[in-house]
Amino acid sequence: MKSQRTLAYLLLLPSTLFLLAFFVVPFIQVAWLGLTVEGQPTFQHFQTLSADWKFGPAMKNTFMLVGILVPLQVIFALAMAQMVAKLERARDIILYIWTIPLGVSDLAAGLIWLAILEQTGFLNSFLNAVGLIKGQVNWLQYGNMWALLTAVVLAEIWRSTALMLVILVAGMGLIPKEYAEAAEVFGAGPWKRFFKVTLPLLKPSLQTALILRTILAFEVFGVAAALTGTNLPVLLGETFNWQFNLQDRSVASAYALIVLAISVAFTLVFLRVLRVRSEQRA
Amino acid sequence: MKLNRLAGVVSAVALTVGAFAAGGAQAQSLLFWSTQATPLEEGQKMRDLVLKPFGSPVEFQSMDAGPFNTRIKAELQANKGTIAVIGGLHGEFTVYDKNLVDLSDVAKGLGDVKVNETFAKLGKLGGEQQKYMPWMQATYLMAANKKALEYLPAGADVNALTYDQLIAWGKTLKEKTGGPKIGIPAGPRGLLARFVQGYLYPSFTDSMVTKFRSAEAEKMWGTMKTLWAETNPASTSYNFMQEALLTDEVWVVWDHAARLQEAFNTRPDDFIAFPAPAGPTGRGFMPVIAGIGIPSTAPDQANAKKLIAHLMQPKTQVETLRATGFFPVVDVQIPDDVQPSVKIEAAAIAKQSSAKDAKPGLLPVGLGDQGGQFNKVYTDTFQRILLANHPIREVLDSQGAQLKAILEKTGAPCWAPDKPSTGACPVE
Repeated sequence: MKSQRTLAYLLLLPSTLFLLAFFVVPFIQVAWLGLTVEGQPTFQHFQTLSADWKFGPAMKNTFMLVGILVPLQVIFALAMAQMVAKLERARDIILYIWTIPLGVSDLAAGLIWLAILEQTGFLNSFLNAVGLIKGQVNWLQYGNMWALLTAVVLAEIWRSTALMLVILVAGMGLIPKEYAEAAEVFGAGPWKRFFKVTLPLLKPSLQTALILRTILAFEVFGVAAALTGTNLPVLLGETFNWQFNLQDRSVASAYALIVLAISVAFTLVFLRVLRVRSEQRA
Repeated sequence: MKLNRLAGVVSAVALTVGAFAAGGAQAQSLLFWSTQATPLEEGQKMRDLVLKPFGSPVEFQSMDAGPFNTRIKAELQANKGTIAVIGGLHGEFTVYDKNLVDLSDVAKGLGDVKVNETFAKLGKLGGEQQKYMPWMQATYLMAANKKALEYLPAGADVNALTYDQLIAWGKTLKEKTGGPKIGIPAGPRGLLARFVQGYLYPSFTDSMVTKFRSAEAEKMWGTMKTLWAETNPASTSYNFMQEALLTDEVWVVWDHAARLQEAFNTRPDDFIAFPAPAGPTGRGFMPVIAGIGIPSTAPDQANAKKLIAHLMQPKTQVETLRATGFFPVVDVQIPDDVQPSVKIEAAAIAKQSSAKDAKPGLLPVGLGDQGGQFNKVYTDTFQRILLANHPIREVLDSQGAQLKAILEKTGAPCWAPDKPSTGACPVE
């Protein structure tokens, strides 16, 4: 018995060491960098970053992106999961195809969409061919805030909705068929069954999906960088900028801590709002 | 402390190696210590094309600025050296102001070789003695599609434009061709900061730092606003202007010579290069100047001076161009067998640096790792005034305060075109 327990700890050791080395230690280093100057605690780096004129726009843009992106993705992922659940054949193949974009790195996804949306891109060629526009319109200009936002939202939806989809499909698989059948017997239509049966029972998966997706959405970077350059500053883009272009690791760390704080706050909100009572767990 | 010890060890090793080199078989060979031509291939070409014809053996060593400075400093401290000639950027020489041999006699002995006067003067580092001889140059310049030339304002000479004429040109282009045709590299990896630092400010305020928030600067940004109105707004995503030239998105551009050469090499008959425009205080431009000098500890200084004279010969300068892609600093005929970009750009660069109203604004010196922050002040000013429409005065005041903080933190004294300062360069 005892040796079995030791074995369990031994088996856990590698991943624990990995987490310590690559998550906890860097986190402490980042916190130290962001909160000290020559060993003395300070908020100086936060003052520097909030005095920078790009901080406000970066904050606003990131929140707008998340605010538009996550609800849309929830709707899409739910719809897609429903469709997959209804499939009799080729379910796995469809699921595989839908999850392909997940395998694409975010920068690559940004570049794919850039090839479509840029001035000499496919969209303009198409619009030109059907005669809707003359010449080449530059959609992704610094003045077109909404066009820039839309482009990033489109690319992110394409790239990462499947992440939620996979979690939701797994969650739907766990819901016993009997509930829906019973509801049907009592005359509930498809919409009613979805809202009264599926959705409440899906809460645990929805919670996981929302937390994961929201955290990742606050870390939007590659797609925004590829599609908008510096025209649409976002929090992580500014972090990168301070770290590598401006060579100020402390301010970059301060940015990283802000992103962390926001992520933690949202996680707590989701845990609270979508609370699942233990007897409700599927 | 640890660093000091490390530096000590490094210099000790360097000295030992140097002593061996000096005492060994290569006793008479000159050690040419350089931060330029660091890629292996360029270094080899330097040895084969440039230094072999000198006759007497030269050992050419190129490296990054770190080891470059460590050994020079160690030799100066020991007051005994093996390095005969140093080659580096202007900013790398300013550090050794007091430890360089006067090269005035070399300059006088060049006979009918015509050295660019603007650069020769920079080589004096603000004093009387010739501290270094200009060696080679690169810079930023304008390029245009030949189609744009017919829209030039009446009486304007493309080789002697003013900013007002450029604005008028851009306006006509926009009206007659269906869209703005001026482009600047204001993208994330574009060199916009250099445009503001080395072209706008010197042309309008005769300064880069000191008059950052002056009344002249305020007026300059007003002019820049009208120029921006005629500029393609896609500029905020341009990084290398050669790309936008080749897709015909824009016809008139500014960029670094190296970032334009692709356009000239791909379609040499379609594009021209020409000097940057002039403003009220001159034709501001930012030369990237490399020089050659002799440290006071150099052995065999007579032979070292001969090597420098050799490097200044027009023939050698052309070979240096072939080896490094940097342009000559003396009057030369560029031969026909070089790449089209070299031929086209060389002519424009010569015109720009020898223009009567030339106003060189040098690369920042002494900023260390604050170089990125320094550039950010200028790009932020550009973005806030032109893209975000913040009031000019307010932006200049707040960005000026940041500029002041950076200079005080680094203690960097002024560089051209600002007048030399004793302490950190002031922001008035």
